Amino acid sequence: MKVVVVGNGMVGYKFCEKLRKKATKEQIEVVVYGDESLPAYDRVHLSEYFSDQNSDKLLMAARDWYQSNDINLKVGELVTAIDRENQQITTHKGNTESYDYLVLATGSSAMVPPIKGVEKKGVYVYRKIEDLDQIIDFGKKVKRAAVLGGGLLGLEAAKALMDMGLETQVVEFASRLMPRQLDDTGAELLKSKIESLGIEVLLNKNTKEIDGNGKLNRLVFADDTELQTDMLVISCGIVSRDELADNAGLEKGPRGGYKVNSKMLTNDPKIFAIGEAANYNGMVYGLVAPGYEMADTVISQLLEEETTLFEGADMSTKLKLIGVDVGSFGDALGTTPNSIPISYEDRNTGTYKRVNLSPDGKKLLGGILVGDAEDYNILHQFALNGMALPPNPEDLILGARDGGSDLGGIGALPATSQICSCENVTKGDIEEAVKSQGLENIGQVKTCTKAGTGCGACTPMVTDILNETLKSMGKSVRKVLCEHFDYTRQELFDLVKVSGIQDYERFLDEHGVGDGCEVCKPAMASIFASVYNDLITKQDTIQDTNDRFLANIQRGGSYSVIPRIPGGEITPEKLIVIGEVAKEFELYTKITGGQRIDLLGAKLEDLPDIWEKLINAGFESGHAYGKALRTVKSCVGSTWCRYGLHDSVSFAIEVEDRYKGLRAPHKLKSAVSGCRRECAEAQSKDFGIIATEAGWNLYVCGNGGANPAHAQLLAGDIDSETCIKYIDRFLMFYIKTAEPLNRTSVWFSKLEGGMDYLRSVIVEDSLGIAEQLELEMQKLIEVYKCEWTEVVNNPELRKKFTHFINEKAGDPTLKFDKMRGQKIPTAWG
Amino acid sequence: MINEIIANYKTVTPADVKVWYEVANVSEFPKNGGVALSYKGLQIAIFNFSRRDEWYATQNLCPHKKQMILSRGMIGSEGEEPKVACPFHKKTFSLKSGKNLNGSECDLATYPVKVDDGMVYVGFSE
Repeated sequence: MKVVVVGNGMVGYKFCEKLRKKATKEQIEVVVYGDESLPAYDRVHLSEYFSDQNSDKLLMAARDWYQSNDINLKVGELVTAIDRENQQITTHKGNTESYDYLVLATGSSAMVPPIKGVEKKGVYVYRKIEDLDQIIDFGKKVKRAAVLGGGLLGLEAAKALMDMGLETQVVEFASRLMPRQLDDTGAELLKSKIESLGIEVLLNKNTKEIDGNGKLNRLVFADDTELQTDMLVISCGIVSRDELADNAGLEKGPRGGYKVNSKMLTNDPKIFAIGEAANYNGMVYGLVAPGYEMADTVISQLLEEETTLFEGADMSTKLKLIGVDVGSFGDALGTTPNSIPISYEDRNTGTYKRVNLSPDGKKLLGGILVGDAEDYNILHQFALNGMALPPNPEDLILGARDGGSDLGGIGALPATSQICSCENVTKGDIEEAVKSQGLENIGQVKTCTKAGTGCGACTPMVTDILNETLKSMGKSVRKVLCEHFDYTRQELFDLVKVSGIQDYERFLDEHGVGDGCEVCKPAMASIFASVYNDLITKQDTIQDTNDRFLANIQRGGSYSVIPRIPGGEITPEKLIVIGEVAKEFELYTKITGGQRIDLLGAKLEDLPDIWEKLINAGFESGHAYGKALRTVKSCVGSTWCRYGLHDSVSFAIEVEDRYKGLRAPHKLKSAVSGCRRECAEAQSKDFGIIATEAGWNLYVCGNGGANPAHAQLLAGDIDSETCIKYIDRFLMFYIKTAEPLNRTSVWFSKLEGGMDYLRSVIVEDSLGIAEQLELEMQKLIEVYKCEWTEVVNNPELRKKFTHFINEKAGDPTLKFDKMRGQKIPTAWG
Repeated sequence: MINEIIANYKTVTPADVKVWYEVANVSEFPKNGGVALSYKGLQIAIFNFSRRDEWYATQNLCPHKKQMILSRGMIGSEGEEPKVACPFHKKTFSLKSGKNLNGSECDLATYPVKVDDGMVYVGFSE
């Protein structure tokens, strides 16, 4: 059998992919014609092209995929006619091709409204990569741009234009943005978010004319207002590419598209149409997921399998639009007669949620989420599956209060519920694959089921289903360290303690397999240090380079030096020493975020000499290179500050001196503020202390950095001694139970029972381990030694700080440039 | 200029060796770790994989960000394959074949190593 596919877009490609999985070349020969020069690319993520202009990244499959799958792909060739009688097509090059079955997957083109002046220079549509190339080129020459159309694509285009540095406006005909998906309130909220980014939104604007002398310079609206602009990008929806219909005598649907039945057949039993080219029941489906379903329908007929009829599709959608989460599903606008809306709006956080219930209040029909779409997947499932609602349906958007039950989570979904709409994978499919094929991680699930490989929005749900299924099979979901140790970090920690082994190789011999790697070596090094606090220089080759050379490696291969400056307090004499050392060894100096001074650009072989001078002046290691206590920041406190309640500097120094050198699963940062004005920013630290009238408040598990988290109050109004005691317990508990490289905030987010549980362990001693934790901490504190002092005084250790084994000279490839009077490393290649 | 530097590193097979360069006594090498060697303008990383009683040598240049750094990387195994991880971004390479195990970078040039009477030698073709 020979099948000819007209069109190589997302749906046309998916048709080939799905067909080739079931039928070989001998069974079905496939010839594909695409009129663009590129093979099929991912139009859903088209806007990503703006950032790097790499079209290869967008390709649905590499060019050689077609050949290796026996698909005869002809790009850059437009099919111009169908001869139904002789079952053959003709291309613009005059070539003909016969077919047994013809699949029209010609997609759509951008709808261009018949506005006067639309042909002017500077007017573009937003549809193909070629369009984007033109927009990018022209955008470089102008300052202002407008987008016609405030739908999904229009807003994406506006964001891309803004990112190009253009002054951007969005012009929408309707009275709100995304009029098909959002109601007035949701659209208003989206509008204010978009405007806060600097994109102007004009509503109720009927564009009458695009004016300009050859090149546009303004839009004129029906209300006689106008907008000055240099470029216009049209995004007013799509029209099906059905040009072949009329001459071939194929029927078209209302407003275009090849008219098809539920088998995707046109009025010719040898010709199918799928994707945006098809018009089913008066409707063209402008999303990929329904297009993929249509492909399945056609394939099942070609293979004479049981045919899954296409009977319409869900147009629900969730996306992150210009940094705003937007979800719209089912009957989003509540058009079902007598449906009951429940809505919740919070202008403070910029959140709007709306659900529409059936008239009897028993089923969820659809809804809208703006600002917070976290519950989209589960709400969408409620609507799709007609699932029973919670007793108080408002819990759907407000969450359960007063200890009521939540939505029941993933376990409540029926096996038939569709989890991945792009690839049409149900919950049952995933469970089945996990069970029958023994899958154990999300990567395997994606490969075997394809779930989560389209838009990716369902990945969290797929992960949950995987974990739930594994649990139901009695497989615990264990986070083992790596291929060399079949244990979690917590188990390894206990093993190290019980076995008394301090040597990595011996530990690997007795408890692991193989020869170790870059994951388990530093993790084990950290555990040894957290249990015994022995000098890490004794096993230097299991340390990450920073710990091996006791300094932070920088671009180019030089290192940085950070001496400890407890609490950020430093004398002028010590400041002068730092300055002199920096001058002598030509180091770049910068104040760090933790109230210390970083000396960068040190050569490996200079490190011991640099530290010798610093140590002679009274400095010690700052452990900036280690997963260890970094700094305890402080404000000036009550000694100077007119608001200060207690002496935050003295307390910060005490805390920093107590825990210096303490190694942990990840770095630890702390701060002490002298009053609730919080100048030391203690609430963004792993543990932070704030003075109160009655003592100190102790906050834990905060974080700055990539995933900021507010620290939470562990204990309030406690004295200094109690505060230290709780910190001892807290840090030791974290060190013993966290996974490798989890900061306290990440560890805390996985801690079942949250702050109530943590408080019960640390403050109320519910596990009866408090005394033990304190003792373990005390032991670590007692054996602390400054690593750099050890190295400086030990000629054998000093010898390790050389670049070459056979030459005294340093690395000749170290190169530096100058910037603002200091050196910087030459940019890397 | 970087490309010229990379082009200087070409795998030497035992059959190609014309010069066995004497590096140092075995005791000078860290256990299960690497050092860098300077040879005719080249930088070679030599690894003493004492756990397996094996020696390896590769170019010291990591192809990812073109840094002379691999001798400071951690070594280990992936299955049976001995490997080194670059300290900068943890790209890993086979010590045997030089092959990049992440599949994203160029492979390393490798050089033969021999130990004779307590001395370590690296083989070069010139």
